[in-house]
This record gives sequence, structure tokens and C-alpha cells, in this order.
Amino acid sequence: MSDWVKSERQLERERVRRSRARRSASIATASTIVLVVLVVWGVTNAPGWPRVQETFFDGGQFAAALPDVARGFLLNIKIFLIAEALILVVGVLVALARGVTSPAFFPIRALATLYTDVFRGVPTILVIYLVGFGLPALKLQGIPSDLATLGVIALTLSYGAYVAEVLRAGIESIHPSQVAASRSLGLSHGKTMWYVVLPQATRRVVPPLLNDFVSLQKDTALVATIGPLEALRQAQIHTHQDFNYTPYLAAALLFILLTVPMARLTDHLAARTRRRRGA
Amino acid sequence: MSVLSIDGVWKSFHGHSVLRGIDLEVAPHEVVSLIGSSGSGKSTLLRCVNLLETVDDGTIRLDGEDITDPRVDVDDVRKRLGIVFQAFNLFPHMTVLDNITLAPRRVHGVPREQAAEQAHELLVRFGLADKATAYPDRLSGGQQQRVAIIRALATQPRLILLDEVTSALDPELVVEVLGIIRELKESGMTMILATHEMGFCRDISDTVCFLDGGVLLEKGPAEKVFTDPEHARTREFLRSVLETRRL
Amino acid sequence: MARPFLLLALAVAVVGCAPVDQTASTASTARATPSTSTACAKEQLTLVTPGKLTIGTDKPAYEPWFKDDDPANGQGFESAVAFAVAGEMGFDRTEVQWNTVRFDAAFAPGEKQFDFDVNQVSITPERAESVDFSKGYYTVKQAVVALDGGKIASATGLAALKDAKIGVQVGTTSLNAVKDVIRPAAEPNVYNEQIDAITALKNAQVDALVVDLPTAFYVTAAQVDNAKIVGQFSSTGGTPEEFGLVMEKGSPLKSCVDRAIDALKAKGELATIEEQWLGSAVGAPELR
Repeated sequence: MSDWVKSERQLERERVRRSRARRSASIATASTIVLVVLVVWGVTNAPGWPRVQETFFDGGQFAAALPDVARGFLLNIKIFLIAEALILVVGVLVALARGVTSPAFFPIRALATLYTDVFRGVPTILVIYLVGFGLPALKLQGIPSDLATLGVIALTLSYGAYVAEVLRAGIESIHPSQVAASRSLGLSHGKTMWYVVLPQATRRVVPPLLNDFVSLQKDTALVATIGPLEALRQAQIHTHQDFNYTPYLAAALLFILLTVPMARLTDHLAARTRRRRGA
Repeated sequence: MSVLSIDGVWKSFHGHSVLRGIDLEVAPHEVVSLIGSSGSGKSTLLRCVNLLETVDDGTIRLDGEDITDPRVDVDDVRKRLGIVFQAFNLFPHMTVLDNITLAPRRVHGVPREQAAEQAHELLVRFGLADKATAYPDRLSGGQQQRVAIIRALATQPRLILLDEVTSALDPELVVEVLGIIRELKESGMTMILATHEMGFCRDISDTVCFLDGGVLLEKGPAEKVFTDPEHARTREFLRSVLETRRL
Repeated sequence: MARPFLLLALAVAVVGCAPVDQTASTASTARATPSTSTACAKEQLTLVTPGKLTIGTDKPAYEPWFKDDDPANGQGFESAVAFAVAGEMGFDRTEVQWNTVRFDAAFAPGEKQFDFDVNQVSITPERAESVDFSKGYYTVKQAVVALDGGKIASATGLAALKDAKIGVQVGTTSLNAVKDVIRPAAEPNVYNEQIDAITALKNAQVDALVVDLPTAFYVTAAQVDNAKIVGQFSSTGGTPEEFGLVMEKGSPLKSCVDRAIDALKAKGELATIEEQWLGSAVGAPELR
């Protein structure tokens, strides 16, 4: 056969599909606009709206609080970045420790199990109190006095347990035949974990891991309870001073600004892995 | 001296005996085939040799060393053995080249450049030179199994174990894999293969072993076992396999 | 095809909820309007719970403002003031009910769960844009508390506090005083609760606390053994800082509550209560 020319019948089919797609798109647009208009109209016409507007959406308050809140937010970012790196290390170590079978390592496995059981159960805020007020109360040499450092330690302890469990689930999802193949090549248990199991496991758990890290971003605000001036605390100070909630909105926007790029980054990573592996 | 010598090996799973006192000697450059119906113990025997399973009784010696001794360094034994699985078991997160060079680099301490060079030689030899940077799931089943064989070869093992390496392949892909095995025999590689490919088995094997219910029922030169088996069970098995083929 | 319309119907239904609340709240506003007259007779007051005066405060409630974390026992300065105001308005003790109201909730928009809230809230013009304050019932001074032998325990002026690490509770005018009057070189540590700030002082994580003067006396007398009041200072430059009772913006009760406070001041009763519960809070050296 020579070159394929689309038949009349196929051209007609494509015309129908296009017109249907156009109609769906216009219906979607119209219904979105109507929904938004109705909700905005409904809210702004509520009897209490002016009061809500001035307590939550006050432009002047927003501008006044933003510099302090943004300065505080730098501390959140610092805590988040350092904690995230440490949490990954703790998570991997604990997840691996829970997987060792050699009897000599029984105490380590038991300790790792105890750690995840305890720190997943204890509310993060309590861990922060314990580390933030308990550690310094010991009055030992070498215990950090910097509040952000104490906060990082507390968040690492708390989130390390979650991340360890996520990673462990990922490790257990790798088919035993992969371990068999690696061991049969002469790789030790440790090397098998490092080169074969963990790389596959982490790829699988990126979405839940990202979820934990978004949650961690927000929980950096809990560190405020032990004293440092982070974004939410700065917003709270402004709010309490003038009895106006708008500063919280400024803090919320900053947190969103941090979360959204991270979500896009993961999407991008996932897409790249899919492309590269042609799956 | 034998490369491998298996002596009175027993193995059971959950009270069900899969191997019942197997004896087998494999000489240097010898190709030994294990045939028998599913569940006869072929795969289990290979997994015992590779120490993926622990034997319940008996000994296995590799170059005279008792590798079933609990004090033996398992990883050290496996360095000298290669195994290829029915389901390929390539590492999906690594390229073909990384799959092949993993063990030479991480176990045998071969520098990256040198390992890559050796891997390339093997890839060229087996017609996969253009696939070095591909990920396994971009390859056909036959190509994946060829990569798995190259991966097992890359550490220059004393002995290669092939566990039904063509069973998961479409018929037209079987040929390319069998071609490699044939070439390995010509290069003098010592091999044990569990297989269902009777024609190929007869063609390539020095020795054929028929396993039945965990017992090594019959062992002999390929021609002898295929044309004039001593046991009725062997005859029965060969006949049923040939009949299936005809269908 | 049917789905977009279903969505629209849903949207209409959601928005359609609004009028229900609307009628309810306009009704209550309408009911409130007539009683803004000067009539402060108990029967004519618009109350959260009819026939009862509902007073809000935060929990935990600290000494010397309350005693045993129980506002309803009439003990402690603010509890006593609240009951006195209630009595002046014609409510006997059985007609007063207490409600736990978080500090934040006291100034949140919307219906209030109290007729007035008493929680050591300082009157400022900015805050007065969101809520109504009664007239002041107490004039506040700020105080500096430090551990004995600490680096600022012997300070005689505010300048000595510049290099100190200061702990303070969020939402207090003490925090403003730190920022506006002391202006320390390092950022202060800001805590949710007073006890957190006190813990930090005990741990020597901060050099000094800034709290209002009566709290300072309670802290040094009952909560931290080896602490002392370094001195007191005024948190504002000009007008004195005063505590006021918090009411909903535009509350019809305001004039009646103000009248009650004026009457208590005139009779000297407010001074008596202050003497009884905060009597020790005098005599700390002035820091300038």
C-alpha cells in the first residue's frame, strides 16, 4: 500500500470528537464561573462579611506584619531544611535497623522498633517540650542552647519515626527475587540494601515521603512553643497586639509558597522517572 | 577434580521433602542438564548450590571446599558462582551497563572504567552493544535474559547455574537465548541447567540428569538418556513431553 | 453531560444555606437594639444566657488573678472584681456563670460566648477597633524577674537589660514593653504560656522574664524559689496601661458595665479588692 489518506468516515469521526470536546470545555468554563460567582456573592453578601473582611483581610495589617512574618519564615525554612536532611538519615538507618536479621543485632532491632513505636505515638508538641525544656534542664555540657537547634532535634526525633516506617514499607514492597538476584551476585546484605533495595524503595515512597515533608514544613511552627520567633509566632504577636487575624494570612501565604514548588518538583521527578524508564 | 560435588543432599519445605538424597559430580567444562516435571526439585537443587537455600542434610563442595559448612562465608562462595533466573530479575532502576558492572565493581573491586570496558566486550559479543544505556523495561524478554546471563558472566564465575532461563520467553525469543548458552559451552564454561527444552538439552548436554520426586533417578550421557533410558519413569516423562510438543 | 448541572445545583444549595444564618443573626441584632438605652435594670439587659451574667476567662487561670484555677470561687483579684461588677449590676453570685474563653477567641469576630471577658487584657486603641473595652479597672506596671546571682539580678536601670536574653509570654503588653522600652539586642524568646516562660527562666535559657508586676510577685513568691524582682517600669511612655473588661464590639452592656466600675471606684471597693489580692505588689524599685 502507498501513503495512507484518511477516509471520509475517519474525518467525520474526528469532526464530531472535536465539537464534543469544545462543548465540554465551554460547559466546564461556564459552570466554574457560575460556581465562583455564586460563592463570592454568597460570602460577601453575608451580614457579617464587613467584620470578617476587616479582621482577616486587612491590607494595612498585612503590609505591617509581612516584614516580621517573612523574617520569622526564614527561621522556618532553616529548621525545615536541616531537619529534613537529618530525618532522611535517621529514617533510613532506623528502617534498615528494623530489617536486620542477624542475632548479634537484636538489641539494635529492638531499639529501632521501640523508637518508632514511641515517637509515632507521642504528639510532636510533647517531643518539642521535652527536648526544648527537658534537655537544657539537664544542665549538661555540650547540650545546644540555640532554640532552633533544639527544635530541629525534636522534629527529627518525631518525624524520623514516621519516615522510617514509610521507608520500611517501601523496602518490604521490593520483591524478594531482587534480593536473591543481588545476593547471588555476591553482594552482602548491606550492599544489597544500599545498591538494589533502597534505590527502588525510595522511588516508590516519594509521594508519601513528600506528604510527610509538607506536614513537617507546617510543624516547624510548633517549635515556637519553646520560644524562637518563627513566622507563625510573629503573626500571632501582631494579631494579639491589634486584635486582627490578617497577619496569619501572611504566614499562610508564605507556607503555601514553600509547599507548591515542592509538590511540582515531585511531579517533575515522577514524570522524569516514568519517561526514562518508558513505563 | 570436580568443580562441584553434591553428596547426599536433602531439603524439605514445611515437612514436604523436595530433595531426597541427591548425589552429583560436575567436572570442569562439563554441561549438566537437570530435567523432570515441575516440582521434581530442579530449581531447589540449583538454589541449594547457590546457598539461596540451606540444605537439611548432605554436603556440597565447590572446588573441594565444603560450602554447606555453616562457618563458610556465603558471599565469598557466591562470588565464584553465577545464577540466572527464569524471571531474569534484572534491577529495574539501573541501566543494562550498571546491572552488569554492579558485582564486578562493588564485590570484586574492579575500577569503574575497567568494569565498563569488560561489560562492553560482553555486550558486543552477545549482540547487545546498543543497549548499554537502556533500562531493562525497554528491552524484550529475550534481550533481558541475555543481559541477565551477561551479568552472571561478568564476575568470571567457576560455574554458571541456569534455572529454566527460557521458560518465561515467547517461542521466537527462545532461540537467541539458547544461542548464547551454546556459545558459552564452546568457550568451555562449566554449567548446570534446569530446562524444559528437550531438543536443546539433548544437543548441548554432556550429562543429563532426570529428577523425579526429589530423587536423581537416572543420570548418563545425553544420547543414552534420550534414546535408551533405563527407567520406565524416564521413558514416560520423555514421551509425555514429546507428545505435548507435537500438539 | 449531567454532571456540570449537578455541580451547579450543589453550588446553589451551598450558597442557599446563607440566608438561614442571616435571618438568625439579624433577629438577634434587632433584639439588641432597644436595650442600648441607659436602662441598666437587670431585666432589660441583653445577655448570652437570659437571666444570667456570663463571664469569660482563659484556662488555666493564674494567681494572683484567680485562685486554684477556679474563677467561680470569688478568690483572686480578677474573680473578685468580676463578682463585684456583677453585684453592682444586680446579679447575685448564683446568677453569674463562668465560661472558658481562649485569649484568641475573646476577640474573634462573630457571636461571643460571654457578656464580658476578664483576662488581664490591656486597653489599646488598636484593640479597641475590634472589641469594646470597659473603663480600666487596674493600672498595670511591668516588672523584670531574674534568678538570684544571674547577670542582671543587680541591674538598676533598663540599659542593663539590653544584652539580656528575655523571656516573655505572647499576646501580653509585656512583650510590647520588651520591644518598645527595653529593646534588647537579641530577639526575646516568646512563649505560649506563662509557665513555659517560667520553665525557661528556671533552666537559665533566659536571663530574665518580663511580666506584669502582680504576676512578678506571685512568680518570685510561689513559683521560682531563687528568683527576685529586679524592678518595675512603665510599658508605655505617656498614658498609664490599664486592664479592661472585653465586650463584643458595639455591646449594649458597655455603658452599664462602665457605670458599675465607676461606682466601685467611687465607693473605694476596687481599691479594697486590689489591696486584698495584690497588696504586696508595691515597693519594687523603679527601672528607668
